[in-house]
Amino acid sequence: MKRTIPLAITAIVGAVLVIAYFIPHPPFDGLREDFSIFFDIMATFAFILGGGNLIKMHGNRISRREEGWFFSLVTIVGFLLVLLVGLTKFGNPDGFRGSSVTASGSYFDHVYEYIFRPCGATMFALLAFYVASASFRAFRARNAEASILLLVAFIILLGRTFVGALLTSWLPDSLRFLTIPYLAEKIMVVLNFAGNRAIMIGIALGIVSTSLKVIIGIDRSYLGSD
Amino acid sequence: MNRFHQIVEFVNDLDKRWVFLVVGLAVVTSTIFRLTFPEIPTPMVRSVYEKVESLPEGSRVILPFDYDPASEPELQPMANAFVRLCAERNLKMYFIALWPLGQNMVAGVIDDILQTEYPHLEYGRDYMDFGYKSGNEGVVAVILTDIKKLYTTDAHGTAIDSIPMMAGVRNIRGFDLILTVSAGYPGLKEWIQYAGTPGNIPVAGGCTAVQAPLLYPYYPDQLVGLMGGIKAAAEFEALVAEAYPKFQEDKDRFLTALVRMGPQTVTHLAIIFFIVLGNITFQILRRKRQQEALKR
Repeated sequence: MKRTIPLAITAIVGAVLVIAYFIPHPPFDGLREDFSIFFDIMATFAFILGGGNLIKMHGNRISRREEGWFFSLVTIVGFLLVLLVGLTKFGNPDGFRGSSVTASGSYFDHVYEYIFRPCGATMFALLAFYVASASFRAFRARNAEASILLLVAFIILLGRTFVGALLTSWLPDSLRFLTIPYLAEKIMVVLNFAGNRAIMIGIALGIVSTSLKVIIGIDRSYLGSD
Repeated sequence: MNRFHQIVEFVNDLDKRWVFLVVGLAVVTSTIFRLTFPEIPTPMVRSVYEKVESLPEGSRVILPFDYDPASEPELQPMANAFVRLCAERNLKMYFIALWPLGQNMVAGVIDDILQTEYPHLEYGRDYMDFGYKSGNEGVVAVILTDIKKLYTTDAHGTAIDSIPMMAGVRNIRGFDLILTVSAGYPGLKEWIQYAGTPGNIPVAGGCTAVQAPLLYPYYPDQLVGLMGGIKAAAEFEALVAEAYPKFQEDKDRFLTALVRMGPQTVTHLAIIFFIVLGNITFQILRRKRQQEALKR
């Protein structure tokens, strides 16, 4: 029973959604809409599960004094603090019954504006330093493949800046195909298009085959090992 | 080992802190000296601009803001430019977010741009905010057929039925454009797959530079145009500023992507310098090792 019911739900919902795509008429179109709403409702409950899981995982790390337990403590305190100011709407100019949890001036807004936002932007800004360091070490012409990668990276990097256009601006119109912006665009639009489309088609075929196995009941790994 | 090869070895194994220092200096100096460079709009960026410009006054545009503060430095300029252009064109703007913090991003543009620069535009009549809903592509799939099944109120708790610009709107099939700002999943790809293509609604938008190559394959059939990263945002700003000269007056306010392209360009040059340097030292040392092997 523990396995049969989930298998039946998966088979019915999966089959209905596939049929509804090809036959968008009653009753399938209505069912597709209903199933989508069920999914949205369940996704909301996933937040509660996620929160519980976060507390459990980090709580265990703290109680066992595992390496880096202090960071787990910061995570839990941060999570509970934001949850508290969000649920209680502390400092909301319109009070607890006020319109929005993110109302300007509320504590939740302050946490977002003065802690989360600068921290997020800082993390993003650090990327430039690590990209520079990684490029210096990784982009070495060790063999033919690495040399091609290096050349392409070089053209794209230059093509993404004004300098790329400046460097080859002296070339006559008849040699426009040699200018860096032109080459950068062609690499992205022709080679990248073709490669990515091939990968996407491959992934789609893989998804179709895996989905069919799940709907039919051949693949039951999502049910766990019990 | 002679002195020359010692220097080459040192450079080849350069401590990453030297790289960080050079990148830091590149960013700081270009910011202090306010370096800006002219931008030539690429066809994909021009397509986005021309699509928005071609919409008649009062057209309905849905603006999904699917990003958060982590990608705000890269995406906020294009979000601002989209909103300004829509406001200039008097288009009806419907904001929505599939990311929890996307709602804050929407609140930011409403406060900083619409209420400040366009006080004549009225919430509920000219623009509205659906807010955030969990469910990722599930949300997109539902609002393609019936918005009110999922959204009974807007982000501020106002009943959807009482919002004037929702009168006669059942789903997003009748919308004229989906104009997204996206930093990952769920984002532009999901809007193409679950709304644009099945609903035959034109989709255009912007994303982070790293995400762009994965989305290029949808252009031009399923995607009207695509803007990848701050460079594309700068190109878009250049187009907007050319059509609406008032935006050229205050670069720091209206042309933020163009201003941010200065440090990015200089940093790119610093990275190119390091790549060239690394390869020169690598080749010198490789030749030396080959010569030593031959001697043995």
